[in-house]
Order: sequence, then C-alpha cells, then structure tokens
Amino acid sequence: MIPAPFSYRRADSVAEALDLITEYGDDGKFLAGGHSLLPLMKLRLAMPEVLIDLGPVRELSYIREEDGHIAIGALTRHHDLEHSELLARSVPLLAHAAGQVGDPQVRHRGTIGGSLAHSDPASDLPATVLALDATLVARGPAGSREIPAADFFQGLFETVLEPDELLTEIRVPVPAPDAAGWSFQKFTKRAIDWAIVGVAVQGRAVALVNMAGTPVRAAGVERALAAGAAPAEAAAHAAEGTSPGDDINASPAYREHLARVLVERALVEAQVV
Amino acid sequence: MSILGTRVVRTEDPRLLTQGGVYTDDLRIPELDGAARITFVHSPIAHARITGIDTGAALASPGVVAVLTAADMDEIPAAGGRPTTEPLLAADRVRYVGEAVAIVVTEQGYQGEDAAELVSVDYDPLPAVVDFDDALAGGTLLFDGTDSNVIRTAGEPAPPGTFDGCEVVVQRTFPNQRVAPLPLEGRAAAARWADGRLTLWASTQNAQLARDALAAAVGLDAAAVRVVAPDVGGGFGAKIAVDRDTIIVAWAAKHLGRPVRWVETRNENLLGMVHGRAQRHTITIGGNRDGRILAYHLDIVQDSGAYPRGATFLPGLTQLMASGVYDLAYCGSAFRSVLTNTMPIGAYRGAGRPEATAAIERAVDLFAAEIGMDPAEVRRRNLVAPEAFPYTTASGAVYDTGDYAAALDAVLSGAGYAGLRNEQAQRRALSSQGQGGPVQLGIGLATYVEITAGDGGGETSRVVVDATGAATVYTGSSPHGQGHETAFAMLVTDQLGIPMDKITVIHGDTDQVPIGIGTFGSRSLQLGGTAVHQATLQVKDQAREVAAGMIEASSADLELDTATGTWQVRGDPDTALSWAEVAAEAGPAGLAADVEFRADSPTFPFGAHLAVVEVDTQTGKATLIRHVTVDDAGKVLNPVLAEGQRHGGIAQGAAQALLEEVRYDAEGNPQTSTLADYAAITATELPSFELLAMETPTSVNALGVKGIGEAGTIGATPAVHNAVIDAVAHLGVRHIDMPATPQRIWAAINEAKGSA
Amino acid sequence: MVNGAPVAADVEDRMLLVHFVREAAGLTATNVGCDTTSCGACTVLLDGESVKSCTILAAQADGRQVTTLEGLASPGGELHPMQRAFRAEHGLQCGFCTPGMVMASVSLLQENPHPTEAEVRAGLEGNLCRCTGYHNIVRAVLAAAELGGAGLAGTGLAGTGLAGTGLAGTGEERAS
Repeated sequence: MIPAPFSYRRADSVAEALDLITEYGDDGKFLAGGHSLLPLMKLRLAMPEVLIDLGPVRELSYIREEDGHIAIGALTRHHDLEHSELLARSVPLLAHAAGQVGDPQVRHRGTIGGSLAHSDPASDLPATVLALDATLVARGPAGSREIPAADFFQGLFETVLEPDELLTEIRVPVPAPDAAGWSFQKFTKRAIDWAIVGVAVQGRAVALVNMAGTPVRAAGVERALAAGAAPAEAAAHAAEGTSPGDDINASPAYREHLARVLVERALVEAQVV
Repeated sequence: MSILGTRVVRTEDPRLLTQGGVYTDDLRIPELDGAARITFVHSPIAHARITGIDTGAALASPGVVAVLTAADMDEIPAAGGRPTTEPLLAADRVRYVGEAVAIVVTEQGYQGEDAAELVSVDYDPLPAVVDFDDALAGGTLLFDGTDSNVIRTAGEPAPPGTFDGCEVVVQRTFPNQRVAPLPLEGRAAAARWADGRLTLWASTQNAQLARDALAAAVGLDAAAVRVVAPDVGGGFGAKIAVDRDTIIVAWAAKHLGRPVRWVETRNENLLGMVHGRAQRHTITIGGNRDGRILAYHLDIVQDSGAYPRGATFLPGLTQLMASGVYDLAYCGSAFRSVLTNTMPIGAYRGAGRPEATAAIERAVDLFAAEIGMDPAEVRRRNLVAPEAFPYTTASGAVYDTGDYAAALDAVLSGAGYAGLRNEQAQRRALSSQGQGGPVQLGIGLATYVEITAGDGGGETSRVVVDATGAATVYTGSSPHGQGHETAFAMLVTDQLGIPMDKITVIHGDTDQVPIGIGTFGSRSLQLGGTAVHQATLQVKDQAREVAAGMIEASSADLELDTATGTWQVRGDPDTALSWAEVAAEAGPAGLAADVEFRADSPTFPFGAHLAVVEVDTQTGKATLIRHVTVDDAGKVLNPVLAEGQRHGGIAQGAAQALLEEVRYDAEGNPQTSTLADYAAITATELPSFELLAMETPTSVNALGVKGIGEAGTIGATPAVHNAVIDAVAHLGVRHIDMPATPQRIWAAINEAKGSA
Repeated sequence: MVNGAPVAADVEDRMLLVHFVREAAGLTATNVGCDTTSCGACTVLLDGESVKSCTILAAQADGRQVTTLEGLASPGGELHPMQRAFRAEHGLQCGFCTPGMVMASVSLLQENPHPTEAEVRAGLEGNLCRCTGYHNIVRAVLAAAELGGAGLAGTGLAGTGLAGTGLAGTGEERAS
C-alpha cells in the first residue's frame, strides 16, 4: 500500500532532469504522471532509491503542428491529447486512444511519455504509436536521438531507453489522405480494465494491444491488405506472429480469436479498402 | 396524512455530504491520542507448518514498539478444544494465504509495512487442498486428529424411484462461485485499555454481539468491555459481530497498555475478509412435458475455507429455501461442508438464500429448455397459489404471505415480455440468414422468495421524550448505509408529531444500548422498527396519562394533534400542552419506554426479476441492458430507502452473474487479490433499473413489513444468469457457469457448435 | 492550499497526497478504499481537476490547489448543487465512496456540463460504490446538471481562483 522509502527530487527543466539522472545513475527513476510507476511502487514491485519528479517541466507539455507531423511533448497528459482540437483534426486515432486510457482521474495525471516509457503491452498508447509509425525523441547527457516506435519497445517494462535518457517528444506523422481511415478497438470485461486484446488501425497499419510482450504490428494482416484482401480475409491473419498470454481473463486461444474479430471490425470501421 | 409510505430524504445525509462520515480510521478522539499502529503479518503460503518466527530484524526497524505472535497470547483463555478450532494468531500451522501469523506495532502507519516485511517466518510446506473433490477425498487433511475434511453434513439424497414417474429428468452440476463482499470500507479497529475496561471502536454490524464475543475471547466480563461502532462503510454480512483480527487488535491494546489502531489494505481485505457463496450444486429436476415439475433435489457441497465459520450453517439456509416459490410434490436436499486451504466462508448479502434461488431458477430454465416450453409459462404452472398461504414447504419453512403469480405477471407486463421475445426472434431470424450482426438478445427470469429475520432473535428499543420536547431513540439495530435513523425517526414522528429534526437515533454503542442484536438478515425494520414503534406507543400512552393529570381531565378525552405535536382535550385547544411541558411534568427523566420485541416467526418477502442482456456472439461479451423487478417486502415505510436497497442488491446480484469471482490456483495462491483483478462492477456495466411496486403486508408484526435488504441480490443473479444463456440458447447452449465472462460465453458457443 | 487554506508540513518523501490530506490537513472525508488506483474513494480536485490522491505524492502537489468534499460548500454553508442533488436523489447509503464520488462528479460536470446518462456512467468508471448500484448516483449527477453551475462555479471554491474557469485546456494552451 505504501512505497518503500525513497528520496524525492524535483526537476524544473529538461536540463535539470538530465543533471539529476546523471547524478543518481541507476538509483534514479523519472516520475511523470506517476500513474504507471506509483502503483507498482505501492505494491513494492518497483523500489527506486530516488524519484526525479518531472511535474514542473512545463516545457515538455505541448501539441504542435510541425513539418508534416504533430510534435507532442512527452509530458503531455492523456486528458490534453483526448481534448486536443489539433489532434482531433489531424490524428484522431491518437486523441481517441488517449481517451480510452484508465479513467478520467487517471487521464488528468498520466502522460504519453510516461505510458510509453513504462512499456506495458496491455496499455493503449504503445500500440497506437506503433500503428502511427511515430518517432520517439530521447535526450541523454550525450545528446538527442530519434527512435522509431517499431524499435522502441523491447518487452514488459523494457524499452531501448538508457537509464540516463529522458523521453522528450513523440513525433506523429500526419496520415496521408489515402490512409486517413482509423479505428481503435479495445476489448475489456469492464470499461475500467486494461485491454484483454486491442487493435489500433491507421490506414493499412494494424497494431495489436496485449498480444505479445510488446505491442506488435499484425504483419500478416498488413501483407494481406497490401495484396488486396478484404477485411474479413485479412483479419484471418491477425494472430500470426503473436504470443498472447494466459491469465484469468483469457486463454491464448481466446485472445487469438478476439484479435481476428477485432481486426476485422477495425478494418471495416476504418473503411480500409 | 401519515408520513409512513412517503418519500423522505435521509436525515443522515447533510453530515455525510459536507464533512464526510466518521469511520473507524477517521476517529480523532482524545482516547486514541498516541495510539500505536498495528500491521499484520500474513501467511504467503496456503498450507504449511510454521517451524520458526524470527522477529529480530523487525524489532530493529524504525518506530517498532513490539512484534507479537501466538506465543504472546498464551495469557488469554484457549478457545474451543476441537481439532478444527481456529486460532487467533497461527501458532504451528497456517491453512490459507492471508492467515494472520504475527502483528507489528509501530508508532506510525507507514513504518508498519516496512517492519512487517522484516518478520521472517519459516514455513515447511504441506500439500494444498483447493479442489472440492480433492478436499472430499481427504488425501490431505487440514487438521490433525480428524479423519475427514468434511465438517458438517445434513439431508439425504433423493430416495430411489423419486424421479421414476417423470417424463423428463434433467441433472446438472454447476458452481455458485466464491465472491468477495467488498464493502468500500474494509475492516478497521481501534482499542484502548483503561481503568479496567477495554473499549473497542470497530467497523461492525453488531456492537453488542461484538462485545460479548470479544469479552469471551480475551477472558473479560462483558461489563468490562465497551464496543462502539462509528460510521460503518458497508457490511453486507461480512462485518457481523467481531472479526478475529479485530479481537487481536483489542487484545494488543490490553497487552501493551497503550491504545492501538488498525486499518486493513484492500489486498488484505480481499484475502482476509470472509468470502461468500462458494457452493457447488447438483440439481435434479423432473416433471412432465405439460410443464408440471414433480420432483426436485439439490445436493450442495459447501466450501468452508480453512476453518469452520459460516459453512456450518449457511447451507442449512439453502436447504430451508430450496423449493423456492414452487409447489412441488417432492423437494429434497443435502449438503456437505468441506475444508479447503482458502479463506473461510461467511455470510454475504443473502447468506445461503441466493444460492437456493440460483439453483432452482437455473433448474427450472433447464427443465423448460428440455421440454421446449417458455420459462415464464413453466414458472406460472408451478407457483404456490395465492390462496395457499400460510404455506409450509417440504423443508419446514412457513411462508407468511405472498402472491408469486402477481409478481411474475407484473414484471412480464412491465418489461413488455411479448415484445422482447419478438425482438429476440427477429434477430435470430436475421442471423440465420447471415444478416443483422452478431448481437443477440437474451431474456432471463427469476421468481424468488426469501426468509428475513430468520435468526429468531428480537431487537430492543428505548424511546425518550425530554423536557425540551425532543425525542431520542435508542436502538439495537446497527445501520451501515440502510438509513435506519431516517426510518425510525419517521416511525416516531408519525405517532408523536415531534418533528424529524428534533429526533435523534442512537445506535452502535454498548454503553448506550447494552442489549441488542444488530443488523443482518434484513431484520432491522421488522424487528428494530417494530420495537421502536411499540416503545413509541408506550411513550404516547404515558404522555396521555400525564397530560390528563395536568389538565385534570379523563385520559379518554385526550387527543394528540400530530400536526402540531400538542396534547389537548378533544375539541378544546385552550388546554393544549406541548411535548416539552408533558415530559417535564413526567419527571426529571422525561417520558421513557423500553421494549424488546421478538416476532413469532420470520417473514418471507418475494418477487420476480426480469433481465434483458445483449450478447455479442462473436466476442462472447454480455451486457445487461434492462433489469425489471418486483420486490415485495410488505408495506414500504419509505420508498426512497427501499428502492436504494433494491438497487444495491441488483448490482451485486448482476455482478455475480457476469463478472465477480474470487479465484485461487491449484496451490491455493489467490489470483484476484486486488481490485485490478477482482472484477467489481462499475456504473459503466449497469443500466438504470426499473422497479415496480407491490406490497403484500405480513401479519407477523404491527407494521406489516418484511425485510428488503437482500432481496435484490437474491432475484438478480439468476435472472441475469438465465438471460445470458437465453441469448445463445438458439445456438444450442443449455448452460454456462457463473460468472458468465466473455471467455465462458464464447467457449459455450463453440462447444455447442462443435456438437451440432 | 487545501480548500483555499494553506497547509504546510514536513513529511516523508513517500507520503501519499491522500494521507497528507487526512493527517496533515486533518480532513478525513477523503477515504482510502484500495491499493491499485481502482476505487476512486480518494478522489479530490487538484487545480480543479479530479485526481486519485492515493496515486499522487504529497510532494507532487506542493504549491498547488487541492479541493476536498469539505471544501465544496460555500464558506457560509450553502451547499454545492452536487451536494444538494446527491441528497435529493438518495445517491449515498453508507457514505464511504461518497466524497470521492461527489468530487469526481463535480469534475465531470465541469468538463461536460450537460452529459447524457451514458456519459455520466462512463465518467464515473473510476469510482466504485457497493451500496447504491449507481442508479441514484447517476440520477444525482443528471439532476445537478439541471441545477446548473454544478461544476467548479459552485460556491465553495471562490478562494481557489478556479471558480468559473473552463479548464478543458489542451497541450497547445498549456505551453503558452
């Protein structure tokens, strides 16, 4: 119920955040909205020695139109993504998916950067940025680098971020007119639950929530679509290359079935031709 | 016009909505200044011998005052003497994950969790027994000195030949699964030993029963113990009397000579508060193709959990209500209660009766499906007739009043049953032509009767009117959300004309209400309310005499104007006296009456529920879209309160049908020990409910009331469950175990397809 | 600031905001109901928006405005429309979930002043109640919407600087 003891430090800027993580090294962990990290800490499944609170770092909360893409500061909250008029116009998939995360209270705190860095394959945003072919920008003491979403997630709670790197920006390409169709299918027992299985579609890109240790693109579906298959036929490939888990909510076979059903529904809703 | 039967908003609410309730962990009183905090150390393993407890590291942890184990409790009298006696702190063996092994006492709460992690217990694992059949087989016994894990049996199988005369016989085995009562406030306690008295503040439904049990457990006279129930954040039966961990907290206050307090976490609550239901049912139902049911037998295996608690008596209540609303030539039942390495089972909203209703309502639908008859019609052909009351069942229950056909007809009409069946048929027709989408409609019924105030005890009340003209009601009832303060004030204002805002209701403190039983089993209005009513009438009679003396008139000429709260000689307003004046005249203590009311028999509310669900036949997900009910609990004192009780019961009942289950793996490890995993139902999964009114009074008490608190749960679970199965019956599905999760529904559809 | 009044305390780094409110600020209406950010009993407003105070460090709320149930009524004691509606519609029984439920509902109406029933139910997905079956809670929120001004423009929040503001800001606005 209560985290193990730790020290709290506060960063007012990206520069200060990087200084602090350099100072504390492996003992330090960034705290964004805290709604992925603090629940783990309260169950004592995570016990960092030092928390570096990024709350005051306002410079990382933005949604801007730039050259052919939308630039989103890593500390932008789900609530702000959900209600962004710019996103509603340009990348409605992301606005909608952000509105599916948790509940209203969670969305007032949780951030896109926090969610992506946490790397839970059952979360909504990792698969969404994967379907959008987003680029993640990370900054460390050595400088900045750009990481394609396809390379970012390594496993449960594991990304390619170095311990001293801070996710600063997510760059989402604005979908081309012929790839504007989108859909987000989240299957749960209760609205508050993590997805048992989820699907994010943007154009002909199809990504799956909770079908493996990371979000995955449904490559078999995408190949079938490229070859001209209709939604039902393409969706039959939804479970290929996945390794769905077995838990109290669903067996692997049931998850594979759901993936096929939800991919078909997503493709129909996105009107993918 | 009487206030009884009218909609009255609650007197409890202004405080709750502005300052919030004061629950046990909210207490900030001088008696608890400097209280130390208690954190429990629980067993992480389902079955093991304890070979050592090392408290050294914990004792050295910051803020630790003491670390106490069973060895420290030798000073209190040993309980029981039976092999299956449950210890307070486990001494040499643990039998379920979550069993209390030690307590850590710290200056502050946060320190307790840190220190508890440092208590090192050596466990020598034993095989865990979780599966019912393994437990029954007895390969591993939970207790030395026993030859079986079965702690109680009763009843008989159906005699040979019972079903021979039936054209159709259906038998099926299915679970009534283990669920968590999950009050929003978990268990909490605070205690202080001072001046030879032990005071316990605890989240309990029964302060007086808690006092008696605590006194016995720690070896004190009842007079040396005071129990106070502050505001209680829900109970549902799981907070009856005093919890065993609460006894440990109270003992610790005495042992340490320092006030202590404890509040459990939700994880501890899901592991360590009694669970409910956990029966396995085998139903055998036989009858003829004309719809007449001739014989029904229910065999129950009751999971006891690791110790004998509710499992010793709950299935007996299931047996009592086994025949439900039906007139059956033969109805028999039997049960075995068996120990497993899991959390013990206790009472949970309905406590044995939802299980009876769920079993027979499922059986009736299975029978209806077998003979191809509409389940509403099958029910109609077998209900106890309205002329048959009082009606004695095969189990010996005597139903007081009821009109089951009227309840059934009301929900069918209120829901638009024919229209629903039409819509269902249309969707099925479209589906068979490959059109219309995957969502099918299901309609489920339950007709039920239940027993309230079945414990046979009474309830106390003292009513006082003082020299200010205010009234105080002392009641043994113990509300934890039911609104008794409002209900009982209504009873007083109705008779005495004292305004509601001058009436105070006192409950839950054994110093102020030394004798009482408290709130469970839907007993409080019929017993506590009748006691209040009788005491009020006695006060009224006293007042008439006193007023007559003051006016020097005959008491027969005196009347009370309840609109103004004044006594006067009939037709002579110049003689008017206020309650204040009459009470002052009566003496320094004002007017007072004490009543203990004991009813001659329990009462039997009844009703019918109709649930409408949509099932997505591709994903298996079921959604409750309508729920229509009749819940007839006799005269309704305050429709606002009665409706609230029905709503809450429906939600919990639907939750059991669709979502909730406490699960353990084969090694006895809990799999649903947080609210992320235990699927408690939220607002998003429920519709607004459609409640129909019906009042069939009882003659068992002067108010004509039965109990409403558990009816919603009893009717809702089978109605929703039957609706889900009905939605996919056309695909060949006859049954789906509860909870009817999406995976289970999908699997049932596949299985039916496979055998098509 | 808690309910418009400054509260200062030296606390452990790991102190949760809900315990700060209950202990340091002495306001016990806000309750703890779970340990997995599931039940919503701890819901308060942080700078006018509903949050689960069990999943926020007190330190993260340093210098910010916290509003609890106790701060909802006006200083003169006039009930907020949400409080009036919950009473009128019997939207509470044991009362334990109620402070969090009321604050979540206030925030809901602040962001969506005229919700449909479905939007109310979805908006309260993060708040568990075991007693009411939610039926009357939903009625209460819809009734409060009818009463108008049931978001932050209610009477009790004058001191927070938030009354009457629309806080449906987006990332673009926050950056400016």
